[in-house]
Amino acid sequence: MSNAVIRKTLISLAVAGAATLAQADVVIGVAGPHTGAYAAFGEQLWKGAEKAAMDINAAGGINGEMIKLVKADDACEPKQAVSVANRLVDSDEALAVVGHFCSSSSIPASRIYEEAGVLMVTPASTAPLLTDQGFPNVFRVCGRDDQQGDVAASYIVDVLKAKRVAIIHDKDTYGKGLADAMKSTLNAYGEKEVMYEGLTRGEKDFNALITKIRSVDADVVYFGGLHSEAGPLVRQLREQGSKAIFMSGDGIVSDEFVSVAGSPTYVEGVLNTFGADPTSYPAGKKVVGEFRASGYEPEGYTLYSYTAMQVAAAALANNDLDPIKGAEWLKNNATDTVMGKKQFDDKGDLVVSDYVMYEWQNGKSIQLN
Amino acid sequence: MDIVLQQLVNGLTLGSVYGLIAIGYTMVYGIIGMINFAHGDVYMVSAYITAIAIAILTFFGIESFPIIIVGTLFLTVAVTGAYGWVIERIAYRPLRSSSRLAVLISAIGMSLILQNYVQLSQGANQQGVPTLLTGAIRFSVGDGFVQITYMKLFILFVSLLGMGVLTYVIQKTKLGRMCRATQQDRKMASILGIDTDKVISTVFVIGAVMAALAGVLVTLDYGAFDFYVGFIIGIKAFTAAVLGGIGSLPGAMLGGLILGLSEALFAGLISSDYKDVFSFSLLVLILIIRPSGLLGKPEVEKV
Repeated sequence: MSNAVIRKTLISLAVAGAATLAQADVVIGVAGPHTGAYAAFGEQLWKGAEKAAMDINAAGGINGEMIKLVKADDACEPKQAVSVANRLVDSDEALAVVGHFCSSSSIPASRIYEEAGVLMVTPASTAPLLTDQGFPNVFRVCGRDDQQGDVAASYIVDVLKAKRVAIIHDKDTYGKGLADAMKSTLNAYGEKEVMYEGLTRGEKDFNALITKIRSVDADVVYFGGLHSEAGPLVRQLREQGSKAIFMSGDGIVSDEFVSVAGSPTYVEGVLNTFGADPTSYPAGKKVVGEFRASGYEPEGYTLYSYTAMQVAAAALANNDLDPIKGAEWLKNNATDTVMGKKQFDDKGDLVVSDYVMYEWQNGKSIQLN
Repeated sequence: MDIVLQQLVNGLTLGSVYGLIAIGYTMVYGIIGMINFAHGDVYMVSAYITAIAIAILTFFGIESFPIIIVGTLFLTVAVTGAYGWVIERIAYRPLRSSSRLAVLISAIGMSLILQNYVQLSQGANQQGVPTLLTGAIRFSVGDGFVQITYMKLFILFVSLLGMGVLTYVIQKTKLGRMCRATQQDRKMASILGIDTDKVISTVFVIGAVMAALAGVLVTLDYGAFDFYVGFIIGIKAFTAAVLGGIGSLPGAMLGGLILGLSEALFAGLISSDYKDVFSFSLLVLILIIRPSGLLGKPEVEKV
């Protein structure tokens, strides 16, 4: 870093500090994987939150005070999530946090926000444990894995009528949680999976596992995990000549899934559960239009992040910037968002989940009716 | 039966890749007694160079697979070899007379530098290359079938060829004799007129070239990589080098094959959850029975 850059940074830091004192902006953290293997999701989070904050500020801010966003990078690592959460709470004095992304990061970070009395609204962490901990300050604007697992399992039983289901997960909180939720619903239907195994995140060679999937003659392979492992997995599955249907959750929904798998032909016909197309809500038409006009397609979690920011802002605005009262308020009042009215239950989960089935066609995830 | 055969094929290809990378660890250890922790990241760099090389070649309108593959191999091997040379020059040579610990820390630092440099310059996202070589051989065994993609055959062929050429170079050529002499006694070798600094540089380049071969092959086969991809495969290759006896060239190749086969067979026949536990237990067991690895020579204190 050159001297000029250092000087500029110091000056801007000083100015930012002064501004905080003078205007007492409302600081809101945006926590997620801004770097690392899952940085594509971090970008979606940031784009959504940034746009929401800009729109709210343009409309007069929260009770006249401007939202100031702080980017917090957890790289989807639990340890780093705890340290950035501490930083947001202690030195940035955030009142609310939009994030984190990975459930394995959200769960340890939520404890810190609970102790500090900071409102946490995650756009994407779907592990049931997050809200089952019973913290009063934790909310999510996405569904829960068990709701996602229900949809997947009933699709396997009712629509695909598959009898031989292999369940694979990535041993992470999100992936295993999703796989377990699917498994328990499947078992409740009276079907037993033919295989249940974990793979190692970060590896690229799953050939041994795939040969095993072939050996149990699976009709459906259900994978709980993210696109970085799902891509090589589905590619190697096809390369070994298996025609089993590949099914997963919301963790594979990214354009990178296609490039990581090598080509659209490998992902053709892959099924996944995901919230009903977030761009389809009438309330969000204007924001979606503005995103597209700026040359950015609001894919994946972008609008969830926008929604999370709106929820956090509404809670603060209606309760004199008190996050604790705001959390209580959210459980009794529905919030208008770009994804429609959102009502939370006592745990902080959505009362109505919006999971539906999607199919990959020509390299895009298309909603099935 | 078909499943066991398929797992053998899986294990052999994986193992030959481990073996290629393990060569870099073992040769460097053999010659200067240090563990080059940045080696996994050299492999990672080669994956990026592979993608860049493919992009350049297709940009010039080249579409035939043999030309792309030969061009990519050539470019990647050359650039990665240069990385190996530069890394030795700036991170290890200045510390040649310091303690072993200093070089070790320098290696860890180099590993972090490479990861962060690639992350900053190439972005943190998952990268992918399109499938170039499609198609597979399939033959039936009993009720089932064994399917081997052409890419897997290509991996086996290139890695065995690479190992063969390297063995020939080390055993039969003048350069190989210089390497072996430096490995046995660096001071004596330099008294006899061998430029040992040059030999050490060459060894680093050879290690990087072998990692680059692995990088090209794996990147073309799996298609996916990111800046962190060198970590796990680096640890596995290092394990393979220790398993076979660190410092021994045939040991690294043997260790790679054993590790790949044991992972594939354990994951395929018993449980994929515990395959790493099994591999490392195997390592511990072998080290208890043969402390210097399968083909390693016991270390003799030089007086």
